[in-house]
Amino acid sequence: MDVIKIKGTDDTPNVILDAENNIIEFSGRSLPEDVVTFYTPAIQWIEEYGKNPNPKTNVIFRLEYFNTASSKALLDILLKFEDILNEGNDVVVQWYYQEDDEDMLEAGEEYSEIVDIPFEMHSY
Amino acid sequence: MENSNYLKLICSLHEDMMAKKFTLVYDGEITHQITKAFTSLAENKMNSYSENTSIKRKVFHVMVECLQNLSKHAEEYEYKGNKGQYGNGIFIVGKIGKEENEYQVITGNAVDKNRVPELKALLEKINQLDKEGLKELFKKQMREGSVSDKGGAGLGLIDIARKTGEKLEYHFAEMDENNRFFILRTKISRSID
Repeated sequence: MDVIKIKGTDDTPNVILDAENNIIEFSGRSLPEDVVTFYTPAIQWIEEYGKNPNPKTNVIFRLEYFNTASSKALLDILLKFEDILNEGNDVVVQWYYQEDDEDMLEAGEEYSEIVDIPFEMHSY
Repeated sequence: MENSNYLKLICSLHEDMMAKKFTLVYDGEITHQITKAFTSLAENKMNSYSENTSIKRKVFHVMVECLQNLSKHAEEYEYKGNKGQYGNGIFIVGKIGKEENEYQVITGNAVDKNRVPELKALLEKINQLDKEGLKELFKKQMREGSVSDKGGAGLGLIDIARKTGEKLEYHFAEMDENNRFFILRTKISRSID
Protein backbone atom coordinates (compact mmCIF):
# COMPACT_ATOMS: atom_id res chain seq x y z
CA MET A 1 0.00 0.00 0.00
CA ASP A 2 1.13 3.54 -0.74
CA VAL A 3 2.49 5.58 2.11
CA ILE A 4 1.12 9.07 2.57
CA LYS A 5 3.44 11.49 4.31
CA ILE A 6 2.43 15.12 4.35
CA LYS A 7 4.60 17.58 6.18
CA GLY A 8 2.62 20.00 8.31
CA THR A 9 2.52 23.73 7.79
CA ASP A 10 1.13 26.51 9.96
CA ASP A 11 -2.34 25.72 8.65
CA THR A 12 -2.26 22.06 7.66
CA PRO A 13 -1.41 19.07 9.84
CA ASN A 14 1.35 16.50 9.56
CA VAL A 15 -0.18 13.36 8.16
CA ILE A 16 1.44 9.92 8.20
CA LEU A 17 -0.47 6.98 6.75
CA ASP A 18 1.85 4.01 6.64
CA ALA A 19 0.25 0.56 6.76
CA GLU A 20 3.50 -1.40 6.61
CA ASN A 21 4.98 0.30 9.68
CA ASN A 22 1.53 0.56 11.25
CA ILE A 23 1.66 4.33 11.76
CA ILE A 24 -1.45 6.43 11.32
CA GLU A 25 -1.02 9.90 12.67
CA PHE A 26 -2.44 13.42 12.37
CA SER A 27 -0.61 16.15 14.24
CA GLY A 28 -0.21 19.90 14.32
CA ARG A 29 -2.63 22.56 13.20
CA SER A 30 -5.58 22.13 10.90
CA LEU A 31 -7.25 25.07 9.22
CA PRO A 32 -6.67 24.30 5.55
CA GLU A 33 -7.95 26.66 2.93
CA ASP A 34 -9.96 23.84 1.41
CA VAL A 35 -10.78 21.11 3.90
CA VAL A 36 -12.29 18.72 1.35
CA THR A 37 -9.27 18.84 -0.96
CA PHE A 38 -6.86 18.42 1.92
CA TYR A 39 -8.55 15.46 3.62
CA THR A 40 -9.91 13.51 0.64
CA PRO A 41 -6.65 11.61 -0.07
CA ALA A 42 -6.46 10.55 3.59
CA ILE A 43 -10.06 9.35 3.59
CA GLN A 44 -9.50 7.39 0.38
CA TRP A 45 -6.36 5.87 1.86
CA ILE A 46 -8.29 4.70 4.94
CA GLU A 47 -10.97 3.14 2.75
CA GLU A 48 -8.26 1.22 0.91
CA TYR A 49 -6.54 0.29 4.18
CA GLY A 50 -9.84 -1.06 5.49
CA LYS A 51 -9.78 -3.80 2.86
CA ASN A 52 -6.75 -5.36 4.48
CA PRO A 53 -6.07 -3.69 7.85
CA ASN A 54 -3.38 -4.56 10.39
CA PRO A 55 -4.58 -6.76 13.28
CA LYS A 56 -4.39 -3.75 15.55
CA THR A 57 -4.69 -0.16 14.36
CA ASN A 58 -3.68 2.79 16.52
CA VAL A 59 -4.98 6.06 15.18
CA ILE A 60 -2.95 8.90 16.64
CA PHE A 61 -4.27 12.44 16.88
CA ARG A 62 -1.88 14.96 18.31
CA LEU A 63 -3.46 18.20 17.21
CA GLU A 64 -2.72 21.61 18.62
CA TYR A 65 -5.59 23.29 16.92
CA PHE A 66 -8.34 22.60 14.40
CA ASN A 67 -11.11 24.81 13.12
CA THR A 68 -14.77 23.80 12.90
CA ALA A 69 -14.46 23.14 9.17
CA SER A 70 -11.79 20.54 9.97
CA SER A 71 -13.81 19.04 12.82
CA LYS A 72 -16.27 17.54 10.34
CA ALA A 73 -13.44 16.06 8.26
CA LEU A 74 -11.92 14.52 11.40
CA LEU A 75 -15.27 12.94 12.18
CA ASP A 76 -15.39 11.49 8.66
CA ILE A 77 -11.96 9.97 9.25
CA LEU A 78 -13.09 8.48 12.56
CA LEU A 79 -16.22 7.05 10.96
CA LYS A 80 -14.04 5.26 8.39
CA PHE A 81 -12.08 3.67 11.24
CA GLU A 82 -15.33 2.77 12.93
CA ASP A 83 -16.25 0.79 9.80
CA ILE A 84 -12.95 -1.05 10.09
CA LEU A 85 -13.66 -1.79 13.76
CA ASN A 86 -17.16 -2.98 12.96
CA GLU A 87 -15.73 -5.54 10.58
CA GLY A 88 -14.09 -7.22 13.55
CA ASN A 89 -10.74 -5.47 13.65
CA ASP A 90 -9.01 -3.92 16.62
CA VAL A 91 -8.93 -0.12 16.43
CA VAL A 92 -7.96 2.33 19.17
CA VAL A 93 -7.71 6.11 18.95
CA GLN A 94 -4.80 7.68 20.81
CA TRP A 95 -5.87 11.24 21.50
CA TYR A 96 -3.14 13.63 22.65
CA TYR A 97 -3.79 17.07 24.08
CA GLN A 98 -1.58 19.69 25.65
CA GLU A 99 -1.83 19.50 29.40
CA ASP A 100 -3.56 22.85 29.80
CA ASP A 101 -5.75 22.52 26.72
CA GLU A 102 -9.13 21.53 28.10
CA ASP A 103 -10.89 22.30 24.83
CA MET A 104 -8.75 19.74 23.00
CA LEU A 105 -9.43 17.13 25.68
CA GLU A 106 -13.13 17.89 25.45
CA ALA A 107 -13.03 17.63 21.65
CA GLY A 108 -11.56 14.14 22.01
CA GLU A 109 -14.20 13.17 24.53
CA GLU A 110 -16.93 14.38 22.18
CA TYR A 111 -15.62 12.33 19.31
CA SER A 112 -15.45 9.30 21.57
CA GLU A 113 -19.14 9.82 22.36
CA ILE A 114 -20.05 9.97 18.68
CA VAL A 115 -18.06 7.02 17.34
CA ASP A 116 -17.86 3.52 18.77
CA ILE A 117 -14.07 3.36 18.83
CA PRO A 118 -12.24 3.20 22.19
CA PHE A 119 -10.23 6.34 22.91
CA GLU A 120 -7.14 6.60 25.06
CA MET A 121 -6.46 10.14 26.24
CA HIS A 122 -2.92 11.35 26.78
CA SER A 123 -1.77 14.73 27.99
CA TYR A 124 1.67 15.99 27.04
CA MET B 1 -12.38 64.05 -3.29
CA GLU B 2 -11.34 67.53 -2.29
CA ASN B 3 -8.05 67.64 -0.45
CA SER B 4 -9.41 69.07 2.80
CA ASN B 5 -12.25 66.51 2.89
CA TYR B 6 -9.74 63.78 2.37
CA LEU B 7 -7.59 64.97 5.26
CA LYS B 8 -10.65 65.33 7.47
CA LEU B 9 -11.73 61.81 6.66
CA ILE B 10 -8.33 60.36 7.57
CA CYS B 11 -8.24 62.29 10.82
CA SER B 12 -11.77 61.29 11.78
CA LEU B 13 -11.15 57.64 10.87
CA HIS B 14 -8.11 57.72 13.10
CA GLU B 15 -9.99 59.43 15.93
CA ASP B 16 -12.90 56.99 15.67
CA MET B 17 -10.59 54.02 15.81
CA MET B 18 -8.85 55.41 18.88
CA ALA B 19 -12.12 56.31 20.60
CA LYS B 20 -13.69 52.93 19.89
CA LYS B 21 -10.44 51.16 20.78
CA PHE B 22 -10.22 49.38 17.44
CA THR B 23 -6.84 47.91 16.67
CA LEU B 24 -7.71 46.60 13.25
CA VAL B 25 -10.44 47.49 10.81
CA TYR B 26 -10.49 45.72 7.49
CA ASP B 27 -13.17 46.02 4.85
CA GLY B 28 -12.84 43.84 1.79
CA GLU B 29 -12.38 40.33 0.57
CA ILE B 30 -11.58 37.76 3.24
CA THR B 31 -9.10 35.25 1.90
CA HIS B 32 -7.13 32.49 3.53
CA GLN B 33 -4.00 34.70 3.39
CA ILE B 34 -5.86 37.50 5.16
CA THR B 35 -7.01 35.08 7.84
CA LYS B 36 -3.46 33.91 8.41
CA ALA B 37 -2.09 37.44 8.48
CA PHE B 38 -4.66 38.77 10.96
CA THR B 39 -4.49 35.82 13.32
CA SER B 40 -0.70 35.87 13.45
CA LEU B 41 -0.77 39.60 14.04
CA ALA B 42 -3.03 39.09 17.05
CA GLU B 43 -0.95 36.14 18.27
CA ASN B 44 2.29 38.12 18.08
CA LYS B 45 0.75 41.03 19.89
CA MET B 46 -0.59 38.78 22.66
CA ASN B 47 2.77 37.01 22.91
CA SER B 48 4.46 40.36 23.45
CA TYR B 49 2.89 40.59 26.92
CA SER B 50 2.74 36.83 27.55
CA GLU B 51 -1.03 36.49 27.46
CA ASN B 52 -2.42 33.38 29.11
CA THR B 53 -2.30 30.43 26.69
CA SER B 54 -5.93 29.52 27.10
CA ILE B 55 -7.06 33.07 26.31
CA LYS B 56 -4.74 33.25 23.32
CA ARG B 57 -6.29 30.06 22.01
CA LYS B 58 -9.78 31.46 22.44
CA VAL B 59 -8.96 34.67 20.59
CA PHE B 60 -7.32 32.74 17.77
CA HIS B 61 -10.28 30.38 17.56
CA VAL B 62 -12.87 33.15 17.47
CA MET B 63 -10.94 35.12 14.85
CA VAL B 64 -10.63 32.09 12.58
CA GLU B 65 -14.31 31.19 12.83
CA CYS B 66 -15.46 34.79 12.33
CA LEU B 67 -13.26 35.22 9.27
CA GLN B 68 -14.41 31.89 7.90
CA ASN B 69 -18.03 32.93 8.30
CA LEU B 70 -17.33 36.05 6.29
CA SER B 71 -15.45 34.30 3.53
CA LYS B 72 -18.13 31.64 3.17
CA HIS B 73 -21.36 33.51 3.73
CA ALA B 74 -21.05 37.15 2.77
CA GLU B 75 -23.19 37.70 -0.31
CA GLU B 76 -22.74 39.74 -3.43
CA TYR B 77 -24.82 42.85 -3.30
CA GLU B 78 -25.19 46.28 -4.72
CA TYR B 79 -25.48 49.13 -2.31
CA LYS B 80 -25.68 52.80 -3.12
CA GLY B 81 -24.21 52.17 -6.54
CA ASN B 82 -21.24 50.20 -5.21
CA LYS B 83 -20.96 46.54 -5.88
CA GLY B 84 -20.02 44.41 -2.93
CA GLN B 85 -18.33 41.13 -3.73
CA TYR B 86 -19.15 37.70 -2.51
CA GLY B 87 -16.95 36.93 0.47
CA ASN B 88 -16.50 40.58 1.39
CA GLY B 89 -17.15 41.99 4.78
CA ILE B 90 -15.88 44.20 7.52
CA PHE B 91 -13.69 42.67 10.19
CA ILE B 92 -12.77 44.54 13.34
CA VAL B 93 -10.53 43.57 16.20
CA GLY B 94 -10.74 45.59 19.38
CA LYS B 95 -7.77 46.83 21.29
CA ILE B 96 -5.30 44.12 22.15
CA GLY B 97 -3.39 44.96 25.27
CA LYS B 98 -2.75 43.84 28.80
CA GLU B 99 -4.60 46.86 30.19
CA GLU B 100 -7.88 45.79 28.55
CA ASN B 101 -10.47 43.62 30.30
CA GLU B 102 -11.62 41.82 27.21
CA TYR B 103 -10.96 41.26 23.54
CA GLN B 104 -13.57 41.91 20.95
CA VAL B 105 -14.04 40.74 17.40
CA ILE B 106 -16.73 42.29 15.25
CA THR B 107 -17.81 41.22 11.79
CA GLY B 108 -20.30 42.70 9.38
CA ASN B 109 -21.51 41.35 6.09
CA ALA B 110 -24.42 41.54 3.70
CA VAL B 111 -26.92 38.71 3.81
CA ASP B 112 -29.89 38.08 1.60
CA LYS B 113 -32.96 39.15 3.52
CA ASN B 114 -34.54 35.74 2.89
CA ARG B 115 -31.77 34.08 4.86
CA VAL B 116 -32.30 36.29 7.89
CA PRO B 117 -35.08 34.28 9.61
CA GLU B 118 -33.05 31.07 9.47
CA LEU B 119 -29.90 32.78 10.72
CA LYS B 120 -31.82 34.56 13.47
CA ALA B 121 -33.41 31.31 14.59
CA LEU B 122 -29.98 29.68 14.86
CA LEU B 123 -28.52 32.63 16.79
CA GLU B 124 -31.45 32.65 19.19
CA LYS B 125 -31.26 28.92 19.67
CA ILE B 126 -27.55 29.17 20.47
CA ASN B 127 -28.17 31.99 22.95
CA GLN B 128 -30.79 29.97 24.81
CA LEU B 129 -28.59 26.94 25.33
CA ASP B 130 -26.30 26.33 28.25
CA LYS B 131 -22.86 24.72 28.05
CA GLU B 132 -24.20 21.17 27.86
CA GLY B 133 -26.89 22.14 25.32
CA LEU B 134 -24.30 23.80 23.07
CA LYS B 135 -22.14 20.71 23.22
CA GLU B 136 -25.04 18.49 22.16
CA LEU B 137 -26.01 20.87 19.35
CA PHE B 138 -22.42 20.95 18.12
CA LYS B 139 -22.25 17.15 18.06
CA LYS B 140 -25.59 16.90 16.30
CA GLN B 141 -24.64 19.44 13.60
CA MET B 142 -21.29 17.80 13.09
CA ARG B 143 -22.92 14.42 12.52
CA GLU B 144 -25.61 15.74 10.25
CA GLY B 145 -23.82 18.43 8.26
CA SER B 146 -21.78 17.62 5.22
CA VAL B 147 -18.21 18.84 5.05
CA SER B 148 -18.79 20.62 1.74
CA ASP B 149 -21.98 22.17 3.00
CA LYS B 150 -21.54 25.90 2.57
CA GLY B 151 -23.61 26.59 5.63
CA GLY B 152 -21.19 24.61 7.73
CA ALA B 153 -24.34 23.78 9.70
CA GLY B 154 -23.64 26.76 11.96
CA LEU B 155 -20.71 24.98 13.58
CA GLY B 156 -18.69 28.20 13.61
CA LEU B 157 -21.33 30.16 15.51
CA ILE B 158 -21.92 27.37 18.02
CA ASP B 159 -18.20 27.07 18.54
CA ILE B 160 -17.81 30.80 19.15
CA ALA B 161 -20.51 30.65 21.83
CA ARG B 162 -18.87 27.63 23.43
CA LYS B 163 -15.35 29.01 23.43
CA THR B 164 -16.27 32.42 24.81
CA GLY B 165 -19.00 31.32 27.20
CA GLU B 166 -20.86 34.49 26.19
CA LYS B 167 -24.11 35.13 24.37
CA LEU B 168 -23.76 36.08 20.71
CA GLU B 169 -24.45 39.76 20.23
CA TYR B 170 -25.94 40.38 16.82
CA HIS B 171 -27.88 42.88 14.80
CA PHE B 172 -29.45 42.96 11.35
CA ALA B 173 -29.29 46.47 9.93
CA GLU B 174 -31.44 47.52 6.99
CA MET B 175 -29.42 47.97 3.79
CA ASP B 176 -31.91 47.94 0.97
CA GLU B 177 -34.94 45.95 -0.05
CA ASN B 178 -32.98 42.73 -0.67
CA ASN B 179 -30.17 42.80 1.84
CA ARG B 180 -29.53 43.15 5.50
CA PHE B 181 -26.21 43.90 7.14
CA PHE B 182 -25.44 41.21 9.69
CA ILE B 183 -23.28 42.45 12.54
CA LEU B 184 -21.86 40.01 15.04
CA ARG B 185 -19.92 41.08 18.11
CA THR B 186 -17.93 38.58 20.13
CA LYS B 187 -16.22 39.30 23.39
CA ILE B 188 -13.53 37.21 25.01
CA SER B 189 -13.02 37.95 28.65
CA ARG B 190 -9.46 38.21 29.90
CA SER B 191 -10.36 36.95 33.35
CA ILE B 192 -9.56 33.30 33.81
CA ASP B 193 -12.34 31.16 35.16
